[in-house]
Amino acid sequence: MIHLKVNGSDRSFDGDPEMPLLWYLRDELGLTGTKFGCGMGLCGACTVHLNGKAVRSCSTSMDDAAGKNVVTIEAIAAHGLHPVQEAWIETNVPQCGYCQSGQIMQAVALLNSNKKPTDHDIDQVMSGNICRCGTYQRIRAAIKSAAKETA
Amino acid sequence: MSAIENVSRRGFLKGVLSTGAFVLSLKVVPQSAWAAETNSNGTSAAFDAAVLHPDLFLAINTDGTVYIIAHRSEMGTTSRTSLPLIVADELDADWKRVKLEQAIGDERYGSQDTDGSHSVRDFFETMRVAGATGRLMLVRAAAQQWGVPEAECTTEPHAVVHKTSNRRAEYGQLASAAAKLPVPKKEELQLKRPSQWRYIGKGMPSYDLEALCTGKAVFGMDAKLDGMLYASIEHPPVLGGKVKSYDDKSPLQVRGVRQVIPIDPFTPPHLFQPLGGVAVIADNTWAAFQGRKKLNVSWDNGANASYNSDEYRKHLRETAHKPGKVIRDIGNADAEFAKGGKVIEADYYAPHLAHASMEPPVALADYRDGEVVLWAPTQNPQQVQDSVGKALGIPKEKVICHVTLLGGGFGRKSKPDYCVEAAILSKKTGRPVKVVWKREDDIQFDYFHSVAAMYMKAALGSDGKPTAWLQRTVFPPIGSTFALNNTYGGDGELGLGFSDIPFDVPNLRVENGPAENHVRIGWLRSVANIYHTFAVQSFANELAHAANQDSLEYLLALIGPDRVLPKERVAPNYGADYGQYPFDTARLRRVTELAAEKAGWGKRKLGKGYGMGVAAHRSFLTYVATVVEAEVTPTGNVVVHEVNTAVDAGTVVNPETLRSQFEGAAVFGNSLAMFSEITAKNGVIEQTNFHEYLVTRMNQAPKKTNIHIVESSAPAAGVGEPGVPPFAPALCNAIFAATGKRIRELPISKTNLGA
Repeated sequence: MIHLKVNGSDRSFDGDPEMPLLWYLRDELGLTGTKFGCGMGLCGACTVHLNGKAVRSCSTSMDDAAGKNVVTIEAIAAHGLHPVQEAWIETNVPQCGYCQSGQIMQAVALLNSNKKPTDHDIDQVMSGNICRCGTYQRIRAAIKSAAKETA
Repeated sequence: MSAIENVSRRGFLKGVLSTGAFVLSLKVVPQSAWAAETNSNGTSAAFDAAVLHPDLFLAINTDGTVYIIAHRSEMGTTSRTSLPLIVADELDADWKRVKLEQAIGDERYGSQDTDGSHSVRDFFETMRVAGATGRLMLVRAAAQQWGVPEAECTTEPHAVVHKTSNRRAEYGQLASAAAKLPVPKKEELQLKRPSQWRYIGKGMPSYDLEALCTGKAVFGMDAKLDGMLYASIEHPPVLGGKVKSYDDKSPLQVRGVRQVIPIDPFTPPHLFQPLGGVAVIADNTWAAFQGRKKLNVSWDNGANASYNSDEYRKHLRETAHKPGKVIRDIGNADAEFAKGGKVIEADYYAPHLAHASMEPPVALADYRDGEVVLWAPTQNPQQVQDSVGKALGIPKEKVICHVTLLGGGFGRKSKPDYCVEAAILSKKTGRPVKVVWKREDDIQFDYFHSVAAMYMKAALGSDGKPTAWLQRTVFPPIGSTFALNNTYGGDGELGLGFSDIPFDVPNLRVENGPAENHVRIGWLRSVANIYHTFAVQSFANELAHAANQDSLEYLLALIGPDRVLPKERVAPNYGADYGQYPFDTARLRRVTELAAEKAGWGKRKLGKGYGMGVAAHRSFLTYVATVVEAEVTPTGNVVVHEVNTAVDAGTVVNPETLRSQFEGAAVFGNSLAMFSEITAKNGVIEQTNFHEYLVTRMNQAPKKTNIHIVESSAPAAGVGEPGVPPFAPALCNAIFAATGKRIRELPISKTNLGA
């Protein structure tokens, strides 16, 4: 039996320990804000926070998540909207929006560790997250705007 | 479809009941206004209960809530927002009090095929009429109540006012009285003057913006029904392949796997039929994926196992060097070439591409007693009805297709093979089934954007301008998806950037050669414009350099004097009326000049290794020019520093959408220009996931993209696609300016640009 914390709640899982966290969140818990994009950690659509660090939930097994604290897009804001989400809305970032949960989770992790990221910092950290609609320019702008808000 | 139908409350309900009262009590979770309980028309109980139904697309209730049907699919282009916004504007409604309802597939709405960049173009008037009808009924109700002439009443957002008597009534207060009035005829309506528009031209963010930023938006991947099973399908690795044998026992050893079900191969032509293969049915997605690994399918690959991209490229090139079917013939190009002089020739080649929308194909189907209900991210729910109905042998009216948000589409999701798979499996299992394609399935079993070879030839006169121009294109056509032995391009492909070439050249011939398909061919964002514009705009640049002239000035000279091209030269003109949408070269010239001006063409000294390139093109009736400023580093890396794109799309409903779409098009264009390529070996696609099929990441994207909109009152044209075609040639022209190296084959990554 695997025990873990998801969005503040204690959970237990007795299925295949190799099952990626992504499918546990989506199919078992119904937390569908976290998206399936590639299954190989190549696109970042499935990004969640594991003990505060951004990880690809498609490549994180339930075994890896055991005893850890998982936060998903559904609980990234303590109340209402997270400043990064507000910046995303203000900047009108999404087009189709499918990748944006992962982009936001990655951006929150970036700003948690780097309050004033440069363009280069942003490129380095965000380049694991693919947006096929091509919203990168707005993502960059939204991260900078959120950095100002939270500074 | 007639835009106005009398859909009074009684008539409306009668319509609902006469369709069989198939009331759906199914709920899709997560719960949202998107997918609450609906009746068989796909509308919610709240929509039906609203007292006033002036139009198929519109309902207004006594609390002032305005319900508007979004009948086209949302994949990021804001069709779902921008069309209802037109209704709201003509209704003079307050957008904050509007609730959208996504339509199910239903031909009463007219075409729901959300592709070809024509949502606004085709439904602008229909939406205006819907709103204006509601507005007139509310005004009439107020005028009657107040005993004043209708003409003295005006509206302000969400209310009718009579200024001289200082009276005002909210729409909600008037809805019941308005519902008793006959629906006015179209001739009675007074549409707003453009100066009166509150939303059209100013726009609104996506109706779903907050949901998209909080994980609450419901995509096809997120649809869920009680008792639902998950399916993953092993498809034949080669098009037309058949299952010889497989292990139907081992997958069942995987915890959570319930069943192994074969799916029949298609009957040629493949159309939108499933590819066939073997499905694994399980309690969760992961188990289905794991079960697939144990199928150990042995395949009969069939004739397409001969498909090898390298050999095929040679074959296409050879064909492009032979005379082909003549599509346009102006003057006498052969006679002019025979005179000798300076003749330039060039071959261009562009590979297959995959759509690779971030949400892979996925569909949920629930079959019960001869009826099937689907939830799918589809660009074309009526095609889902048609294809699923045919596959299951039931009338299409028995196929109810709910449209979720689409996690990208780019043309892939107008082909509903994956929806048919879900319907077949639901029927076979007797349970709701969600079919989930892995990324590998998506990339290997796409309806691929066509590979193409183009041969270009021009003779230059003493002034350096072409006196004769010949161009040939050869590509396996989209028509091969619909009919066997279809090897020549259709009008809809040749007219995408090739037969509609606008250049002012006295002797011009356009030809098309045959090519057989060995994979499924489909349309991808801007379609044949991609390879045609690459060839035409690169070749124009080659000629400018051959003539020793500035490439911008040369391009403007090719576009020539301001004129409207003859209709027969531009046909089929994206299916649009030529009187309304003529090819006006002045508009193409203007965007070219504007993009160049904004980029500082010829005005700025560029750094070492930097170059600027320009390309201009009209597609989907929109005029676009792009100037790319790129750097090629000594090691051959390409950095796109700045993109300036000028756009004349006629009347624009949502300018912010236009900007987003064109910013995104630069990134999409950058992917296909720089890295993306699908190749086949022995009929099997060699790329499987994002490590092999490369698309632009943030660090590879243009550093800055500026969009410049030309104000225009011309009829609305396309916005979703036309940003894509000019990017690749503009970048290749910039690379030539920087390095003197000419890119004639995409992607650019195949060419070593190092010093």
